[in-house]
Amino acid sequence: MPIRASQVLDAADTADVPVVAAPAIGTGTSAHARWVRVSHWILAASILVLAFTGFIILMAHPRLYWGDTGNSLTPALLELPISRNHRHGGWQERAPFFADPSSPVSANRTYEIFNQNGWGRSLHFLAAWLVVVPGAIYLLAGVLTGHFRRHLWPRRGELQAQALRTELINHLRLRIRQATGGPDYGLLQKCGYCAVVFVLLPLMVFTGLAMSPTVAAAYPFLQSMWGGFQSARTLHFFAFVALVLFSIGHVALVAKSGLKRQLRGMIRGR
Amino acid sequence: MKPADLITRRRALLVGLGAAGGLLVPAQLRRLRLPPTYGHILRMGDNLTYAAHRTLLPSQRLAREFSYKDISSFPAIGMTNPGAPDKPNRSEEYARLQKGGFADWRLSVTGLVSSPGRFSLADLKALPSRTQITRHTCEEGWSAIAEWTGVQLGRVLEAAGLRPEARWVNFYSFDGWIDSIDLLDALHPQTLLAYGMNGSHLSVPHGAPVRLRVETQMGYKSMKFLERIVVRDTFDDGGKQGNIQNGWAWYAGI
Repeated sequence: MPIRASQVLDAADTADVPVVAAPAIGTGTSAHARWVRVSHWILAASILVLAFTGFIILMAHPRLYWGDTGNSLTPALLELPISRNHRHGGWQERAPFFADPSSPVSANRTYEIFNQNGWGRSLHFLAAWLVVVPGAIYLLAGVLTGHFRRHLWPRRGELQAQALRTELINHLRLRIRQATGGPDYGLLQKCGYCAVVFVLLPLMVFTGLAMSPTVAAAYPFLQSMWGGFQSARTLHFFAFVALVLFSIGHVALVAKSGLKRQLRGMIRGR
Repeated sequence: MKPADLITRRRALLVGLGAAGGLLVPAQLRRLRLPPTYGHILRMGDNLTYAAHRTLLPSQRLAREFSYKDISSFPAIGMTNPGAPDKPNRSEEYARLQKGGFADWRLSVTGLVSSPGRFSLADLKALPSRTQITRHTCEEGWSAIAEWTGVQLGRVLEAAGLRPEARWVNFYSFDGWIDSIDLLDALHPQTLLAYGMNGSHLSVPHGAPVRLRVETQMGYKSMKFLERIVVRDTFDDGGKQGNIQNGWAWYAGI
């Protein structure tokens, strides 16, 4: 019999209700392993730096495109009003390269743009190392210790539309069960963490790598699989937006479910 | 199979991979020479990326080449004319050469070469040429595709006689910019001294008479308005006119 979310919600108070996870939800018998806690905070700090520097980098050219090329002389997919470079008109008269009327053009920039990419890019890549290396160790440890199988991956029969809908409604009503301070995650929580760990973060890393000219020359499919340099950049941006939205939701739900206990659980383990 | 066996096998595999990596990587790294960091953590990060790229990635594969119909509009940014009267550090020399259609322009190649020389535009054009349609990727975030015609830098270095102790190739431009690349990039088949763009002479905004094309790095490494080349065995960051002391990554392969 599938466990209803309402039952799970009440499980903390009702001893005789059967519970899915081996350590009973709400009893707090399991704690976050040390390697999980260390990975969590390293990755959280790195991602914060990446989000900040990524935004600084985007401010230098707040236009997104699809394919391989895109610049101020070509149409954009999306223009973001996030710096004084947004729709700046500092261009001299356009000179066509070829004789035909649809010829691509060249134009001189006459405007000093906002550009802090000197430190922005280097700090972005330094922080990226602190996601890629600890992230790879985390993935390996997650598989080898069974952490993913036991805590993150939804159990057989757990992932059902009805249960997911009930949990979603409960979350939207901010009816969140109180924290255990350990990895006894709810279904929606598992789905969220799986999406970040197995989809969003790998997408970030690989669309990021795809933008490197050296990597793209060495292994062209790493760039072409996204549809080109600008497509990879655009996907990198949307994955960033998704990650920011997740982080806001994550922090809000941690706060709502008992901030003190959750923080203690993720810092000291208990 | 018992779970214990599985873990043993995994451990054996990990230890094996670790040992192989431990033996191979330092051998590569020992040969690698790194630019100075001045104790700056961001420059250390740049060097980490450089060391990782040079150790883990094949360095001589070709960047993607596009077809003629892919050629796109191309902004000219940064210095667009070093000889223009309104520029604060205007190059009188460049203005004079430009007036003469660059007939008097000579690219000197000196340093660790057996026969230092001065190449005119005609000298460079007399060497076998290469034409490639590649994507210019700017650190700002934009990109553009153009057709470049020029001579492979490797051929010019060969003509000048590269000496065995050579490690770095420094470039000096008329707009005062100084930059360098390592020999792996200098001898890359797509690294050109380009004198043609999209079937015409290289225009002044795009770096006339000759610019560098380094297709394995970001656009700012493809220096415009080349004045001279110096081959060195020690790393010269160009002082205040180079990238590193200006707060930019010297290695821009990412």
